[in-house]
Amino acid sequence: MSDSTKGVSRRGFLKGAGSAAAATALLDSAVLTVREATAQITGPPVYGPGRTELALHVNGSERTVLVEPRTTLAAALRDELDLTGTKVVCDRGACSGCTVWIDGLPVASCMTLAIDAAGRKITTIEGLATGDKLHPVQEAFIEKDAMQCGFCTPGMVMTAAALLERNPDPTLDDVKEAVSGNLCRCAVYPQVFEATLAAAKKRKASQIAGS
Amino acid sequence: MDRFEYVSATTVAEALAQLGEGRQVKAGGIDLLDRMKEGLSSPKRIVNIRTISELDGVEIDASGLTIGPTTTLATVAAHEPLRDSYRAIADAARAAATPQIRNVATAGGNLLQRPRCWYFRERDFDCLRKGGQGCFAQDGANRYHAIFGNDLCAMVHPSDLAVPLTAFDAVLDLTSAKGTRKVPISTFYVGPETDPTRETDLHRDELLTAIRVPAPPPGTRSAYFKQKEKESADWPLAGVAVALQISSGVVQRASVVLGAVAATPWRSKPAEAALTGRAIDEAAARRAAAAAVADAKPLAWNGYKVAVLETIIRRTILEAAS
Ligand SMILES: Cc1cc2nc3c(=O)[nH]c(=O)nc-3n(C[C@H](O)[C@H](O)[C@H](O)COP(=O)(O)OP(=O)(O)OC[C@H]3O[C@@H](n4cnc5c(N)ncnc54)[C@H](O)[C@@H]3O)c2cc1C
Ligand code: FES
Ligand code: FES
Repeated sequence: MSDSTKGVSRRGFLKGAGSAAAATALLDSAVLTVREATAQITGPPVYGPGRTELALHVNGSERTVLVEPRTTLAAALRDELDLTGTKVVCDRGACSGCTVWIDGLPVASCMTLAIDAAGRKITTIEGLATGDKLHPVQEAFIEKDAMQCGFCTPGMVMTAAALLERNPDPTLDDVKEAVSGNLCRCAVYPQVFEATLAAAKKRKASQIAGS
Repeated sequence: MDRFEYVSATTVAEALAQLGEGRQVKAGGIDLLDRMKEGLSSPKRIVNIRTISELDGVEIDASGLTIGPTTTLATVAAHEPLRDSYRAIADAARAAATPQIRNVATAGGNLLQRPRCWYFRERDFDCLRKGGQGCFAQDGANRYHAIFGNDLCAMVHPSDLAVPLTAFDAVLDLTSAKGTRKVPISTFYVGPETDPTRETDLHRDELLTAIRVPAPPPGTRSAYFKQKEKESADWPLAGVAVALQISSGVVQRASVVLGAVAATPWRSKPAEAALTGRAIDEAAARRAAAAAVADAKPLAWNGYKVAVLETIIRRTILEAAS
């Protein structure tokens, strides 16, 4: 929450600790200006159907987009912010090719409205590396040749990397479960499993060496 | 997807005030967005309820389990105390959809999702469920369709979670401006013979506000098994939830509910009768499974489901008892 506390509204504060309340507070502060908003006498603000300015926290920086409420997060990232690393394949939540993280959790950005992601922490494939240093999962995918056409790869990498964030020492079954929704037309699944396990191992070794 | 207005409610009252013609509730939005992208639904305004904190979370006490309808499937699946006492419910949540979907999709939305029948989801097929004349699946491509109660419409209810909730006799809180109705899940789902254009008893002016599961009698054990076409994430070909209350080695009470084989979660009274008063062993499980599928009426392309179902019923009974 650190980068968004400044925007927490009084209403959000009063409502207390619930994650849902916090999300509303974030939305209130993240919708910067409302164009075409219908005048409301009472009740919560109405956004759209025209374009609304949203603050998206993407890969550590605050970006502003002007989109309609129907715009998906995938479309906002690709078309508004030029972050085309996120791929849209099925556009129905069925292939996980469009996986990004919201507050650290992998989600299908094609089935997420951008307005629902406003004010939350979004991480895309472009934000996974630290400067020039690739994420261990990215390195391992290259080493183990875990791609053919590469179209599923950004989603696959985001999913595998999210697993290592919450479970640094996964079993093969954990990896299979984590990527169970990521479809790969070229069927590089064995290499994906291998690369993810190798990345976990390497990361652990470097952490031990570094400590 | 057509354009729409978007409102986030922070209380149930605020959301209820927003309901009406042209309005659609959105929880995780997974099912709603799919239908909107297919042109099956074009609300003028979306009422987001993910921001209502009172609807989010799991509570367990001596009287039972309460799942807030906007709790994500991932949260239900990972909740340790829930898993300890209501294993079949946790396992069904964990088996539904993909990890990415489970991080967003809600328990309530899962129960209220519309049919996945491909004729229903395809805008050009004006089927019975969309107010048209007949069911295209009955003489069409029906390999994933119903083997019970399929005379009028052959859809299967797609929810994994609804199956163990039915086995555990869940009760749903349905709230409107007038108050809250408590509806047993067993009557909440509506078969095509009652009304082929809706799947549930939820009224237009109501929100699902709680999913309540009464504490099962001591000695109750449960299991959920889902057979998929592939090992990775997939829809159920068939699912089975079994809850058994066993004392002194004998089944006092048996619940056997079948999923993805009928338009509603399908309680198998024949299987329950075959188990009650018996000790569970391979032979008892086999008899119950055979009884459960005895009156199945498969269509041209889904006869395989009968054999799949019989096998997983037998295994799930043994698993629940073990
Ligand atoms: C690729 C894929 C695979 C899937 N596989 C499975 C599977 O294997 N098993 C399974 O069970 N499901 C599966 N699903 C379905 C998925 O689990 C549901 O779409 C999801 O749970 C719906 O929840 P939601 O919160 O996103 O609902 P929403 O889309 O937000 O809502 C669904 C419907 O319910 C209404 N609604 C929601 N909450 C309330 C409420 N509290 N009160 C009143 N109305 C409400 C909405 O108006 C809408 O009509 C799959 C989906 C996808 C995309
Ligand atoms: S493109 Fe989003 S899940 Fe396939
Ligand atoms: S590498 Fe081609 S789809 Fe996965």
